[in-house]
Amino acid sequence: MTLEDLQDLAEQERERQDQKKHRVLFCSAAGCASCGADKVSAALKAKVKEHALDKECEVIGTGCMGLCGEGPLVKVQSDDTMYRNVDVRTAEKIVESHIVNGKKVDAHVCDTNVPFFTSQTRIVLENCGRTNSESIDEYVAAEGYAGLAKALTEMQPADVIEEVRKSGLRGRGGAGYSTGLKWGIVRKAHGEQKYVVCNADEGDPGAFMDRSVLEGDPHRVLEGMAIAGYAVGAQQGYIYCRAEYPLAIERLKLAIKQAEKAGLLGNRILESQFNFRIDIRIGAGAFVCGEETALLASIEGKRGNPRPRPPFPSEKGLWGMPTVINNVETYANVAPIIRKGSDWFAGIGTEKSKGTKVFALAGNIRNTGLIEVPMGIPLRTIIFDIGGGTPDGTEFKAAQTGGPSGGCIPADQLDLPVDYESLMKVGSIMGSGGLIVMDSTSRMVEVAKFFMQFCMDESCGKCIPCRVGTRHIYGLLDKISKKKATQDDMVLLEELCMMVKETSLCGLGQSAPNPVLSTLRFFRHEYEQLLQPVETFEGEPGIVVDFEK
Amino acid sequence: MAVKTLTINGEQYSAQEGESVLSVCRQNKIPIPTLCHLEGLSTVGACRLCLVQIEGIPKLLPACTTKVEEGMVITTSNQKLDKYRRMIVALLASEGNHVCAVCVANNHCELQDLAYEVGLVRVRYPYLFPKKSLDATHKEYVMDHNRCVLCTRCVRVCDEVEGAHVWDVAGRGIDCEIVTGLDYSWGSSQTCTECGKCVMVCPTGALFEKGVTVSEMEKKKDFLKYIITARQKREWVAFTNE
Ligand SMILES: Cc1cc2nc3c(=O)[nH]c(=O)nc-3n(C[C@H](O)[C@H](O)[C@H](O)COP(=O)(O)O)c2cc1C
Ligand code: SF4
Ligand code: SF4
Ligand code: FES
Repeated sequence: MTLEDLQDLAEQERERQDQKKHRVLFCSAAGCASCGADKVSAALKAKVKEHALDKECEVIGTGCMGLCGEGPLVKVQSDDTMYRNVDVRTAEKIVESHIVNGKKVDAHVCDTNVPFFTSQTRIVLENCGRTNSESIDEYVAAEGYAGLAKALTEMQPADVIEEVRKSGLRGRGGAGYSTGLKWGIVRKAHGEQKYVVCNADEGDPGAFMDRSVLEGDPHRVLEGMAIAGYAVGAQQGYIYCRAEYPLAIERLKLAIKQAEKAGLLGNRILESQFNFRIDIRIGAGAFVCGEETALLASIEGKRGNPRPRPPFPSEKGLWGMPTVINNVETYANVAPIIRKGSDWFAGIGTEKSKGTKVFALAGNIRNTGLIEVPMGIPLRTIIFDIGGGTPDGTEFKAAQTGGPSGGCIPADQLDLPVDYESLMKVGSIMGSGGLIVMDSTSRMVEVAKFFMQFCMDESCGKCIPCRVGTRHIYGLLDKISKKKATQDDMVLLEELCMMVKETSLCGLGQSAPNPVLSTLRFFRHEYEQLLQPVETFEGEPGIVVDFEK
Repeated sequence: MAVKTLTINGEQYSAQEGESVLSVCRQNKIPIPTLCHLEGLSTVGACRLCLVQIEGIPKLLPACTTKVEEGMVITTSNQKLDKYRRMIVALLASEGNHVCAVCVANNHCELQDLAYEVGLVRVRYPYLFPKKSLDATHKEYVMDHNRCVLCTRCVRVCDEVEGAHVWDVAGRGIDCEIVTGLDYSWGSSQTCTECGKCVMVCPTGALFEKGVTVSEMEKKKDFLKYIITARQKREWVAFTNE
């Protein structure tokens, strides 16, 4: 395929879509799929057939439409009408009434002129809810692969890196390292081979941002990886995806096959000298395998244990070769940056945090679902305007970001701009995008205990502070929550948290104490309320250990 | 090879390029406690006992895996580092079932030595008393999981020096355990050559020879230096047990 062929394909597909009088889209992402989207789509298709509308009306499965809490969602694209809580009967009515007679099914129409939709800025999710997740033609028609084409035909690898650096894009997997700088290091590093790896392990409990991108718009990730490969001089890419995401894996496989067939992956891409292949590696669902060095060990077929850095993967990564490793959402931003230029991207967000961030809204909040917002947006806007606040008017207490590695943000910090530095300042992190809202019924010691149990169970066991330390921190939290602890235990708890944070080998251990430290910082009284007033020594079971020779 | 100069605890030292901070400290008799590290095996940086503070680096780094750099300013001991080391040894003591008085390695145990070295006098964490098993199916040796500190020296010596890779780690977190083959009994291992290297490098009484009783299991580790020197330099030099 040449550049002209790509442009022709886009043109043809756009014409094909224009010829359809109606495009009825149903959300085929995880949230809607779990509440009956497949039945809805079957009903839509059957009705279209029954009314012999096949020629003028197509029914298409798309990526996440966002308002997961009110699914299954259906959209009639011609007049931009969104339907919520669609069941089989409603689906039939949508065809019979809306498509055939032009009369909307009012009871299920979802108002899209509300902050939930209008306060969002969609870059990563621009195609989700708009295009067919399984069609490369639709991706191409939505300017897909134009970024790769531009890079290959108009730019030198160094220009690509400079463009990404200038855009201010930072890693969306947690740490927020500059993507352009990372690519620059890999480009300069020496190695017979170089690799591009996509971290699609997404292990934070409750997170589904990356999943939505992989399922809804897989070509966007492939395109971002191919651009990275061109920029750093790699010919091989790997996507490390957790086995719990079978649909994402299936869609990725399909997308890779389609791209190879179209000459957008493989040898001499777009008739240039650039060769790039992508393979999928499936992880067995260990949280620690999301840590980059553990992930690389796992791809090599070894036990997924982290190793000390330096050396960083950019210098010694997969099989000892320089390796770019980025998160799904990071790659998903790359093609639009190349296509529209770094100035456009840098115009969104704050001085140090550019672009947008996808969040999965969960917990005690009215609108649960997937949102994409510009960096720097006040937390209050996310929770009260977009999220609709807490349900039944209960009082907002705290928001938790960063999952088991993050922290809680209390009510008096609601005006905090959501960017990397501001979140860090209050003891939380951006993380990969989980945002859990807690109301006055949430007990913070329990919250801390929940995350600590998660870290304890997911620790790889390689280093002592994390392996044993998280176990004792959990034990202490359990003791506190059962009202059996004293002030002495609090001292032990805080000491252990600092020690595990400062001495653990990898990010899992280093950040495991964060939920405890942050709840201690803002909700210490909740811990203290549970303590025994006086030292009641119950006599720990003891054994004779002769440690002094 | 280029020479690097660095400052350790306020004194100037010189080192070879590519050398680890630990190696420079050892040569200059600067004490740093270690457990997972063993000269002649690969470094894993797992036990975290050798953590040092390096000026300009916000995180503590393990001396065993950190390579020297020109102008490094290193602190190997201060109130915080010493405290963290004591805590690490205390965590180890609380994790297993270490009853020195009945142990084959009593008085020849690196865990005891460490407790002494870091000044551990009291373990403030509740003992976990895990239910662990003992594998006495091998005709020469015994593996007692109660005393294992998961340093993975046995795993590495068997894989890297003997080339048999009998051992590995299974499980996660606090439930991690050293396993033989795919978690078979040691006695049924098809790959074990009965060389005993794992027994000799094991820092505690977890691996020991059959027939020894309390305090009788002394570990001789010089064979490692002998083999490594022989392989690298083709020189056959005898070392005495230190
Ligand atoms: C315990 C642990 C789990 C992690 N899990 C993930 C994950 O699921 N997905 C991810 O992208 N990054 C994860 N990371 C971060 C990665 O190590 C790495 O920083 C990231 O993939 C780099 O990509 P980025 O620069 O695009 O963010 C994890 C880190 C740690 C310490
Ligand atoms: S911090 Fe935890 S997960 Fe990371 S290496 Fe240590 S034991 Fe493994
Ligand atoms: S058996 Fe010994 S050498 Fe092997 S991991 Fe346990 S303590 Fe270390
Ligand atoms: S000796 Fe360096 S980490 Fe164990």
